[in-house]
Amino acid sequence: MRTTFLLNGSEITADTSPTTTLLDWLRDRPGLTGTKEGCNEGDCGACSVMVTDASGARALNACILFMPQLEGKAIRTVEGIAAPDGTLHPVQEAMIEHHGSQCGFCTPGFITTMATAHLNAETDHDTTLAGNLCRCTGYAPIIRAAKAAETAPVPDHMHDTPLLLTENTTGEAPTEPGAEPPTTPEALATWMNENPGGTLIAGATDVGLWVTKDFRDLGPVAFLNRIPALNGIEVGENEIRIGAATTLTELHDVMAEHHPAFAELIRRYGSVQVRNAATIGGNVANGSPIGDGSPALIALGARLHLRSVDGVREMPIEEFFIDYGKQDRAENEFVEAITIARQSDNLRCYKLSKRFDQDISAVCGCFWIEVADGEVREIRLAFGGMAGTPKRAKRAEAALRGMPWTDATVASAMQAMTRDFTPMSDMRASATYRMEAAQNMLLRAWLEDQGQATNVLEVRA
Amino acid sequence: MSVAKPLPHDAAHLHVTGAARYVDDMPSPAGTLHLAFGISDVASGQITAMDLEAVRAAPDVVAVLVADDLPFANDVSPSAHDEPLLSDGSVHYLGQPLFLVVARSHLAARHAARLGKVEIAEENPILTIDQALAAGTRFEDGPRIYARGDAATAMGGAEHRLTGSFEIGGQEHFYLEGQAALALPGEDGDMHVISSTQHPTEIQHKVADALGVPMHAVRCETRRMGGGFGGKESQGNALAVACAVAARLTVAPCKMRYDRDDDMVITGKRHDFRIDYDVGFDDAGRITALDVRQYARCGWAMDLSLPVADRAMLHADNAYWLPDVRIESHRLRTNTQSATAFRGFGGPQGMLGMERIVDHVAGHLGLDPLAVRVANFYGSSCPGNPLGEDFNDERAEPGGHISGTMKPQTTHYGQEVDDFIGDAVVAQLRESAEYDARRAAVAEWNAANPVLKKGIALTPVKFGISFTLTHLNQAGALVHVYADGSIHLNHGGTEMGQGLFQKVAQVAASRFGVPLEMVKITATDTAKVPNTSATAASSGSDLNGMAVKAACDTIRNRMAEHLAQLHQCRPDEVVFEAGRVRAGAEDYSFAEVAALTYMARISLSATGFYKTPDIKWDRIKGQGRPFFYFAYGAAVTEVVIDTLTGENRILRADILHDAGASLNPALDIGQIEGGYVQGAGWLTTEELVWDDAGRLRTHAPSTYKIPACADRPDVFNVALWDGENRADTIYKSKAVGEPPLMLGISAFLALSDAAAACGPNYPDLQAPATAEAVLKAVHTARGDV
Repeated sequence: MRTTFLLNGSEITADTSPTTTLLDWLRDRPGLTGTKEGCNEGDCGACSVMVTDASGARALNACILFMPQLEGKAIRTVEGIAAPDGTLHPVQEAMIEHHGSQCGFCTPGFITTMATAHLNAETDHDTTLAGNLCRCTGYAPIIRAAKAAETAPVPDHMHDTPLLLTENTTGEAPTEPGAEPPTTPEALATWMNENPGGTLIAGATDVGLWVTKDFRDLGPVAFLNRIPALNGIEVGENEIRIGAATTLTELHDVMAEHHPAFAELIRRYGSVQVRNAATIGGNVANGSPIGDGSPALIALGARLHLRSVDGVREMPIEEFFIDYGKQDRAENEFVEAITIARQSDNLRCYKLSKRFDQDISAVCGCFWIEVADGEVREIRLAFGGMAGTPKRAKRAEAALRGMPWTDATVASAMQAMTRDFTPMSDMRASATYRMEAAQNMLLRAWLEDQGQATNVLEVRA
Repeated sequence: MSVAKPLPHDAAHLHVTGAARYVDDMPSPAGTLHLAFGISDVASGQITAMDLEAVRAAPDVVAVLVADDLPFANDVSPSAHDEPLLSDGSVHYLGQPLFLVVARSHLAARHAARLGKVEIAEENPILTIDQALAAGTRFEDGPRIYARGDAATAMGGAEHRLTGSFEIGGQEHFYLEGQAALALPGEDGDMHVISSTQHPTEIQHKVADALGVPMHAVRCETRRMGGGFGGKESQGNALAVACAVAARLTVAPCKMRYDRDDDMVITGKRHDFRIDYDVGFDDAGRITALDVRQYARCGWAMDLSLPVADRAMLHADNAYWLPDVRIESHRLRTNTQSATAFRGFGGPQGMLGMERIVDHVAGHLGLDPLAVRVANFYGSSCPGNPLGEDFNDERAEPGGHISGTMKPQTTHYGQEVDDFIGDAVVAQLRESAEYDARRAAVAEWNAANPVLKKGIALTPVKFGISFTLTHLNQAGALVHVYADGSIHLNHGGTEMGQGLFQKVAQVAASRFGVPLEMVKITATDTAKVPNTSATAASSGSDLNGMAVKAACDTIRNRMAEHLAQLHQCRPDEVVFEAGRVRAGAEDYSFAEVAALTYMARISLSATGFYKTPDIKWDRIKGQGRPFFYFAYGAAVTEVVIDTLTGENRILRADILHDAGASLNPALDIGQIEGGYVQGAGWLTTEELVWDDAGRLRTHAPSTYKIPACADRPDVFNVALWDGENRADTIYKSKAVGEPPLMLGISAFLALSDAAAACGPNYPDLQAPATAEAVLKAVHTARGDV
């Protein structure tokens, strides 16, 4: 499969298998070995590169980025961060000055992530660097370097213009004869009908691992980055419509306005690199019981829109999850969009994981709690990590609905929750702990309303 | 003089541009083959059949090797010859290499390695400490015991007694660069190995044995590692040997690197421990009797477990004088990865055990744990007594206190603690970090906050410096001065990010009085400096700095003698300074002197050698002076916990650490900051989980959580202790690689302190203090069932 893109400022066409990763290609073909393999699953950031498309520049993990996803984009690796004349970028200067590298293996990934944040004038360094692991420095000197470089001007060469926007290209992806990739939802529906067992690839933050870790044969593949209609968010008068291929980063920015608790949950979803690639459609469609998007969307009362050659159908999103590994989706259907009603905000989200950033939840509790005149009017308690699917705590909800919002009611709902779930024990948490934490998340919601400090992330020394 | 300057890492400019080359970045010759292991899917058993047809038939596979195909030694053990490269028929852990795939690409090799069909008659694996104790599977015949006085009798007479049991989890190294090696076959059976290793000589030795050649036929080279932390002291042997054997067989260059999951499943980690204790103490918390049992889970092969467990025993006192003490150590064999070296090498576990005991004593007596620490410190070597009235002057040891004419107190293994500054370090940190005021503020905050609780703890570190295997305390160097005055520097130490190369280059530049740019740092190479020790035990700059100094001084003295002769002055009147050399009235550039010396047919090349003086150690008796000196430090950590979920954060850390007269304060502070965060990670989020079948469930960064950026303390104050090493080390500096890791113990005990604020009972927090463990401790403190 041919892919044309800009690499450190020069146009290049690569001919690879559809599932060759950018990392493998960079290291094997042009021999750009500055980009490192640390984990080969998007969790360490050593392979971070800067990718610019029409929406701007962002950091991505090259180890789980398939070459066709780069069509028309501009890639900048660590070798392209210094100016062509060799002048170091301000973040490179600062990292030397502040002793930000020790063994140096994670450093190229830090440099590209930092340079991307610098370009975008992002200064919440703890968040922008959450996806870059360093085992040597303890991060303190890296943050000092990032701060020191904040005010330096962005070097000219960092402003990449993606290929599809330049005049000398047609904007169409080069294709091989007879293999027109779908570019509309309708065409994708046809493609799915004709390719049973095929795999859709959006951000590849999950599918990438099927390839790099499991050597799975994906069968025929379709890349959703070539279907603009699946992308983006429309905020209408009555509802918010989220295209399935909308990234978590894009979703974060819209949710920050409408449902800030969801935005804060998304801030802790993966890392910058993961959120820049991962799509909300992918997060829901794979049906994981521990994905963080689904409990939030269930609590929001979101609806899911599926498309196939037979047309479109929709359902409350919670009905999509039938059982572990089983969703209400025909083989030829795909998730096209998610809609959320415009409504005043009553959402709270609590994510519990071993590490705050870039960690999969042991329990994720997302609650819609509408209280009026001291009574619980509307209640949706959705959990991830408590069952084989993202699931509501129906018995706990029943104990709350129509009852006064008091500690006694909360206690009875916590008790009822023991009949909602039989969680499992695994490497993230024991069953007992999961249950207690889930119950206490409800208590936390009540304590918050009593004005208690309950968030360790807000405490300072 | 370039020594003591805060210069950046020598390769910083290469790191930030991506130009620093690691093993997998080396341009490899055409035809290079790639290797992967097929590994065991069960933890214990006997192989009954191996069907590797599908592996051989897989695309791009060139060869598949099993144990019988190996030409000579099937052994990659660093100690007891009990670690076959490929299984000899027995399977000892889930992840053990069974066969070796040689293919044309890394991906092809990894893919093919999954296709083997191996039948194994499974046996019940021994996975836990309890199972190993029940089955009696251990290394050495029985427990090692180091003791002083009569702990049992003293216990009987103690005013107060406590018992406890404390679990300490292991730790994955998570060096960012996985294990890697490249073997380049030479003529006449020679082999050139490029390895990401802390121990090039061991690689050379194991490869020579595997090829049936003398060590002179094998050359191992290491320019840098992408992190080591002890994980590349012995764990690289398998890859280097596999590459060498395959290279010999195929007559092609062979390269191997582990995918991250393979790396975590195959290689050893920090030993997990259980520490059981009986402690007797008085009303002031002074420990009068201590009986400790240390149980180390060593995994399937011996590896370095004996010295690791020894060092845990040697640090069971930490900074405290223990009059009657007995330490019993069990080294248990289990069907898990063979636990190995990890920064601190058992010291952290031993020290954490002691700090936990002190914490328990303080909790029992309702005292500030810091008061109990101070009451138990070794006698001070500092002039004056910085701690005032509450210091342990009156405690009686034969010999007694160092002040006046009395002798220093001794450790439980008989070493005089003649350089104790832990008291002074703690006193200064207590002041600068405003410990007492903040402890009061924490209590006040806790009184106003029912859901969240804060905690604070100040813990000291006293860490012994030297390899306990005494013969390893030696180092060599090779220095050339070229006729243009440029200097080529080589020594036996390896660079893994700690900045050793820069520090040693600073030494060389200082000896010749030249700018650092004149010194070329070169890759560690067994063909240049032979018989090297591992870069381990924090010894890198102590040993290699001295060896390089010796080599430089040899050349400098030759130069000085020549100039003295030319200019009728004494050699010791020749001054090397600021790139110039003055002899009598003459003033030369260093390059001119190099040229003059060359023209006079005087050698400008020298080796240097160093061995640590004054150490002797009998590890069986547990008596002697294993350490040349001790490195000290202390940390205060403040944390907050959520009593609903156990979630927790480090809010602030203040550190004062003793690096002696620092060779490079910037690099030393880097070691301290990084060590603290790595130590805190070990004791908080880094949890290794094996299932009942012996499968490591936390085998990738998705499930094994090292600290991320936001996990470092919000407020992070690090300072160096102002004082030089009393021992005669290189420019009076102290080793700084391992000791700071143990500063992270303060984070763990701050969490214990926060949990203790939840109720009347001792929280009995276990390590690692995951959110789940913290919540459990909250329940224990409250007395919840």
